[in-house]
Amino acid sequence: MLNPQLNRHGELTHLITTEGLSRKILTHILDTANTFVPLAERDVKKVPLLRGKSVFNLFFENSTRTRTTFEIAATRLSADVFNLNINASSASKGETLLDTIANLAAMQADIFVVRHEASGAPFLIARHVAPHIHVVNAGDGRHAHPTQALLDMYTIRHFKKDFTNLRVAVVGDILHSRVARSNIHALTTLGVPEVRAIAPLTLLPSGLEQMGVRVFTDMREGLKDVDVIIMLRLQNERMRGALLPSAHEYFKHYGLTQEKLALAKPDVIVMHPGPMNRGVEIDSAVADGPHAVILDQVNFGIAVRMAVMTIVAGASA
Amino acid sequence: MTSKQPSDRPKLPTGEQLYETLRAGVKALIAPLEHETVHLVGIHSGGAWLAQRLHEDLGLMGSCGLLDISLYRDDFDRIGLHTQVMPTQIDFPVAGQHLIVVDDVLYTGRTIRAAMNELFDHGRPASIKLVVLIDRGGRQLPIDADFAALKIDLTRQDNLVLQKTDAGAFTLRLENGDA
Amino acid sequence: MKLHIKGARVIDPSQGLDQVTDVWVAGGRIAAIGHTDKPFEAERIVEAKGLVVMPGLVDLAARLREPGFEHRATLESEMRAALAGGVTSLVLPPDTDPVLDEPGLVEMLKHRARQLNQVNLYPLGAMTVGLKGATLTEMAELTEAGCVGFAQADHPVTDTNVLLRAMQYARSFGYTLWLRAQDAWLAKNGVAASGAYASRLGLSGVPVQAETIALQTLFELQRSVGVSLHICRISSAAGVNLVRQAKLEGLQVTCDVSMNNVHLTDVDIGFYDSNYRLDPPLRGQRDRDAIRAGLLDGTIDAICSDHSPVDDDGKQVPFAEAEVGATGLELLLSLTLKWAEQERVPLVDALARVTDGPANVLTHSMSAIPPCGRLVVGAPADLCLVNIDHYWLVDQHTLLSQSQHTPFIGTELPGRVCMTIVRGRIAWEQGL
Repeated sequence: MLNPQLNRHGELTHLITTEGLSRKILTHILDTANTFVPLAERDVKKVPLLRGKSVFNLFFENSTRTRTTFEIAATRLSADVFNLNINASSASKGETLLDTIANLAAMQADIFVVRHEASGAPFLIARHVAPHIHVVNAGDGRHAHPTQALLDMYTIRHFKKDFTNLRVAVVGDILHSRVARSNIHALTTLGVPEVRAIAPLTLLPSGLEQMGVRVFTDMREGLKDVDVIIMLRLQNERMRGALLPSAHEYFKHYGLTQEKLALAKPDVIVMHPGPMNRGVEIDSAVADGPHAVILDQVNFGIAVRMAVMTIVAGASA
Repeated sequence: MTSKQPSDRPKLPTGEQLYETLRAGVKALIAPLEHETVHLVGIHSGGAWLAQRLHEDLGLMGSCGLLDISLYRDDFDRIGLHTQVMPTQIDFPVAGQHLIVVDDVLYTGRTIRAAMNELFDHGRPASIKLVVLIDRGGRQLPIDADFAALKIDLTRQDNLVLQKTDAGAFTLRLENGDA
Repeated sequence: MKLHIKGARVIDPSQGLDQVTDVWVAGGRIAAIGHTDKPFEAERIVEAKGLVVMPGLVDLAARLREPGFEHRATLESEMRAALAGGVTSLVLPPDTDPVLDEPGLVEMLKHRARQLNQVNLYPLGAMTVGLKGATLTEMAELTEAGCVGFAQADHPVTDTNVLLRAMQYARSFGYTLWLRAQDAWLAKNGVAASGAYASRLGLSGVPVQAETIALQTLFELQRSVGVSLHICRISSAAGVNLVRQAKLEGLQVTCDVSMNNVHLTDVDIGFYDSNYRLDPPLRGQRDRDAIRAGLLDGTIDAICSDHSPVDDDGKQVPFAEAEVGATGLELLLSLTLKWAEQERVPLVDALARVTDGPANVLTHSMSAIPPCGRLVVGAPADLCLVNIDHYWLVDQHTLLSQSQHTPFIGTELPGRVCMTIVRGRIAWEQGL
């Protein structure tokens, strides 16, 4: 099946999921992000690459942090940015997703950055926009959050250099996590030999092994000799949904404490997509400790998003 | 197979010969500024090599910066972003400084336009001078070098390639697009 | 009309008949096959060399969307689609709007169908009022109005006590219950089959236990009551196995499968193509293989179209928000032929699953209806002529249904119906 993220020249024209993207394309995004990282140190943090282009942030699901980083990234590329909080507008009046998109496309949009609660929504949008419009997925349902995965990969490459001899553990609510899925696809594509998932059975989706993952329900076993730990956020609703009894018990067995951290390699790095629930999935001492690279992730996030928007905008129509 | 006979093609000095001419020219150019700090800024990749060697040979007080203009080009809409973007390295503050931009070939002038825009985003320099190894004509913008080691007229199919040997010596090659 | 159909390959699975011969139709019935005793003056002679003559298809599940959902489809458009697909008898699930839980509604529907005089329509009555799973409907009244059995469509009854009472009540009158095996709790919010593919796509899954637990509940209740059950739209290998065991045990069970599950699996959803948003969901390769094996060994009695037209508004939304269903009346025969071709099933056996098999289910459920699904002398002349070697492209130009939403859009399928005869009248004809 033709990958809808690529145009007929094989160039990335939409970024919807890390799944199905070659190592070459993923690496190209990381390398491009490299050139944008130093800009943060300059006084003038802008480059004129996307001057005259319009980036529409369509957030059907609320998120100030992700939307803000996309806004910063687009602004640093000199694009015009328009934020649409769809909750407050037409969709709640019954306008369909495709009608909303059609109206916005008529306003000369070049890039749609979309966050939606329904898995697959960006594919639907990409199928219906004109060839010169590019879709960047800022998170769809449980399916994918590719820019988060890419900035996570950038972070890992920055600290560890070589993907091909790492053990990476993803810990937490994998079942509901689009970040986990996107990370797993990226890690396996980039050649990480061992990807581990650590969670209670209620939070593990079926068929995880088929994605190339080793599953652990015992966190102490799972963290042994690990080089990278990616912690996932635990949402409160999970307690109400008969998936977990309490945050207290979760923290005891699946929370990252210094004691559990000691089981990993001495130079292990700890990552978290944010926002963190201190005392639920991660101990404050670890979150603020020397192994945590969470703030670096945020910095890299802007450069990675700049790279993604530059690459898709540069694809031939 | 070249369409012209070898004797019809312009005969070029060697890379090393041109570099010597360039070095002498730059030295003369900066003589009036001998009490000021002068920084070199080389444009990837040929200009960067030249700037680095000039910086050593001239023993300048100022720094040597490297510029990749990929993010400032004017043809992004046509060709997208080049796959190999080297990071720009300007480790000194630009504001109020005298800069000499170094490039291997001056042609349409668009590269220099982009380089100046990028430098201005780092700060407001006191002055910018431009030195190049070869000025091959064909300007599309009102831009000129303060010093060029060689001025020569070439056709659109001609392509100049500057290379550096492992020992650090420069070689220059003229390729013809028809070949 | 007096018809003489000459030289066709006549296939009737009910008799194991597969030979080139002639068929005569008169007075709305099959007058003769093979030879006539008396001279026959045909009003029309159909030269059918190279074509197959078979009983009109009996489709055990087709939603015509009337009353209540006319924006998606109407009786007229969908009955035409049925005829184009060689379907002459079809069973309607009761999930119309309003639900078919009142005799008056059933009468109106039957009246309207008679007026259109196209295919034979057999409505199922709702087993509970409003399909809400709480109060029993007046099953006897509904049967008198024309219902052939009782069903809950895709609204499983969660209260096992109500289920037990419904079975007991139906048993008292000898009615058959047509039920989906779906545990409401395990299936809740699921939009695709649980498994590796749904996990990749981040879609809520329906575990196979939703089907197996429901089947075991149904069979266990049935054991104590003795009611007749027809299991609708089996979808999993484990489910097929349970039905097989139930039949071996001697329980009065029949079973059908949607043509979509005979051909497709979960990975066919691809990049969230909502044409594949179906209920039951498409399961895996092993499930599809088990369904095909079940069709061959008779565990599954019938393939149905599960025709459920959905309009563009219902499908051009993210996968999980899309309406379930696909158009299918026109594809049932072609997909049966395609299955036969792929698995090298003799035609007479494959076509049994859309003629004799479903006809038996139907007449067992309601003995009073006229015989269908067979070409026996004296039976009503419901039959179709098919060019089984003609491949056609499924697209907006060839589909007659008001809905163009089917997973098979854009594919080429074998078998095109040239003529459909209902009760001896040529109801549909197209040249090829």
